[in-house]
Amino acid sequence: MATSASPVPAAAPGAAAPDFEALSVESATVVVQPSLWQRVRRNGSVRLGGAVLLLLVAIALAAPWLGTVDPSLFDPASRDLLPGKSGEITTLEGETIEHTFRMGSDSFGRDIYSRVLYGTRVSLLVGLFTAVVAITFGTLLGLMAGYLRWLDGILMRVMDGLMSIPAILIAIALVAMWRGSLLTVVIAIAIPEIPRVTRMVRSLVLTIREEPYVEAAISLGTPTWKIMLRHILPNTVAPLIVQGTFICASGILVEAILSFLGVGLPPDIPTWGNVMAEGRSQFNEFPHNIFFPGIFLAVTVLAVNILGDGLRDTLDPKMAKRV
Amino acid sequence: MSMAFANDGSERADTPILEVHELTIGLPSGGDRSSAVQKVSFSVGRGEIVCLVGESGSGKSVIAQSVMGLLPKSLPVKSGRILLQGEDITHASQARLRELRATRMSMIFQEPMTALNPVMTCGDQIDEVLAEHTSLSASERRAKVRSIISEVLLPDPDRIIASYPHQLSGGQRQRIVIAIALVLDPVLLIADEPTTALDVTTQAQILRLILELQKNHGTGVLFITHDFGVVAEVANRVAVLRLGDLVEIGPRDDVLKRPRHAYTRMLMSAVPKLEVIERAEVPGAPVVLEVAGLDKTYFSKRWLGPDRNVVAATDVSFSIRRGRTLGIVGESGSGKSTVARCIVRLIDPTGGAVLLSGDDIATKSSSALHAVRKRVQIVFQDPYRSLNPRRTVAEAMIEGPMNFGLGRTEALARARNLIELVRMPASSLDRYPHQFSGGQRQRICIARALAMEPELLVADEAVSALDVSVQAQVLTLLADIRERLNLAMLFITHDLRVAAQVCDDVAVMSKGRMVEYGTATQVFTAPRHEYTRALFDAAPGRGFDFGVAA
Repeated sequence: MATSASPVPAAAPGAAAPDFEALSVESATVVVQPSLWQRVRRNGSVRLGGAVLLLLVAIALAAPWLGTVDPSLFDPASRDLLPGKSGEITTLEGETIEHTFRMGSDSFGRDIYSRVLYGTRVSLLVGLFTAVVAITFGTLLGLMAGYLRWLDGILMRVMDGLMSIPAILIAIALVAMWRGSLLTVVIAIAIPEIPRVTRMVRSLVLTIREEPYVEAAISLGTPTWKIMLRHILPNTVAPLIVQGTFICASGILVEAILSFLGVGLPPDIPTWGNVMAEGRSQFNEFPHNIFFPGIFLAVTVLAVNILGDGLRDTLDPKMAKRV
Repeated sequence: MSMAFANDGSERADTPILEVHELTIGLPSGGDRSSAVQKVSFSVGRGEIVCLVGESGSGKSVIAQSVMGLLPKSLPVKSGRILLQGEDITHASQARLRELRATRMSMIFQEPMTALNPVMTCGDQIDEVLAEHTSLSASERRAKVRSIISEVLLPDPDRIIASYPHQLSGGQRQRIVIAIALVLDPVLLIADEPTTALDVTTQAQILRLILELQKNHGTGVLFITHDFGVVAEVANRVAVLRLGDLVEIGPRDDVLKRPRHAYTRMLMSAVPKLEVIERAEVPGAPVVLEVAGLDKTYFSKRWLGPDRNVVAATDVSFSIRRGRTLGIVGESGSGKSTVARCIVRLIDPTGGAVLLSGDDIATKSSSALHAVRKRVQIVFQDPYRSLNPRRTVAEAMIEGPMNFGLGRTEALARARNLIELVRMPASSLDRYPHQFSGGQRQRICIARALAMEPELLVADEAVSALDVSVQAQVLTLLADIRERLNLAMLFITHDLRVAAQVCDDVAVMSKGRMVEYGTATQVFTAPRHEYTRALFDAAPGRGFDFGVAA
């Protein structure tokens, strides 16, 4: 049978002991994989979702310079204008200025374009903070439940109880208890998300604590709190980031729902939910009142979810093998 | 045995069953080489067993997949031809391949649990193949299923037919997989590491079964393995692959005893011999570890029904002196790892004493245990999971010493010394584990354990996951370290060859009990217990003299 050419020469008969290191297959096949960050950056979904989100952040930050007026300004003379129509609006100083209502105006004569753009700030902040709060507390509780076995039973039963109440009901009850403000809305939306994060972190901890590198750390005499911080926590970060994006998307949606139902932020604060709630009664005549904030809401949530899918594909090793 | 629906006899007697000619299979870009296999040519004749051997990454499984038409799209056949009984199947349609699979060629896999469908009974899974490829009636199929089950020597066919895979043992499952593969009497059988996941005694039975069936049916077998003991047992001819190149092919005895190629010679000399290497005992060396009557029982309390107790190890006693190595040998589930983990106190023993230089650590509380931790260190089996992927090698190595009050600079200096002791460049310290191969990672793990300056090093299957050449390197390293640092070592392994190479004393465990304990020479040359004898009889390639004839 033919033997093909090979980089290793055939040995002369009676040669000395072979050189393991040079001939071993392993010494020739060490592949340096691209770093995690490189893989994340190359992912199409991450790029698309990230780009749309960056654009929205830019819009939120630059809202004052994008041809808007103060979103709380109103003028009874400019009520129910169609998109693109010009009208007048009274500033806080009492001056009346000419203004183009790019997305029309509502039944109070407020500029929908300005309200939607400023509303972007509220939505993004609520989404971000909800994710941060839910992840922070969920991780803390999950680490404790996963590593301190005596706490596990009690903690997880409380979480089970919390999960048995519909999230939106808890949120409504909590906001009704406090006064509607950005902080209370964020907390009210985050609390029902905490059990889900806790469960996920707990199951991750239960898997990771069986890994040989954690056992090695135990036999190196590393104290428990250091094992949690150094060995367990860093290895939960990737799935947590992915989970965070989904919480963020859901937070944005729930805030809009709360505002729409009139139990979220006060109606004078421009949020997409408030704009839509305000436009609801005249939906048949003036659908644009709901259309524009609706589009922004849909695009934002879609972008966050696409970003989350891309991150999951790249950060989750099980998914990475499949793609 | 001839079967009514056997192949249509299109082959001529002298045509090889399988011919692979100049086969080249590409790899996706970004790999470590441009093709998975390059210009590989070999053939399998009627009734012949050809072993494809090679270390991981050599492309042996890719060849098997290409013959079966199971290659993923990312691995395209670039050139060359694959002929099955003269028919070119290199680019055969999926429909044609489906016809050929099971009837003319079939495959058995490494892990029988995943090769079988967990929600179908074994009988139904064999029946499915018959229903798909033959026009037999239901009662004829039933008879056929029974006959193949008795042919693979499974007892009680009725019970086996009605069983689900999880109700059978690993060896029984592999017999079912073989039954499915051979029920239609194919001319070619591809066996991809069929015994790697099995215990050594089960492996011996399965190998015997494959040999017997192959002889009765005249099947050509392409047998893929990394285990040279298995090669010595089954092969007629051997083909050696290295990084996708076929470097040597020839009759078994030529390749294994008189290898021509440098790589094959290296592999042969890396196969550990089954002969004990005797080392003189240092008189008066202190006893480092003494284990007396160690017990470990797992209690699980259940809400409903009785509590369940599982005895993992019972009444285990042995001792190790400084500079000596004790090997604990046994099959999976024998309790050998349980003993190791009790000694390192990763789990708490339920009875008995573990005396470390006279100090009982079996019942120490976790705070009192801290001071003892540094005196016993462990190296695990899986090099890919033994290092935290998010911490550099230096961070891993200084963690332990710093837990015991060493300053960062001193700890780093010690790490630098040790990384050179395990023959890795000092620049490794700043890198992350994913940048190293399995063998290199295992060296790092050994260095990490040594950084604690332990009295006792426990190696729990520390070389089992490594390729034979890398295994030889790590074993040499361990022996070297034991000499230099005068360590006591507890070496857990299922591999008798490895045990023969490193151990001074050997304990054999079976079902949680120690059945034999003595010096390695004594246990290997004159085993007293029948289980030990069965274990030695099952060792593949026993009595086969590998290596380079001088």
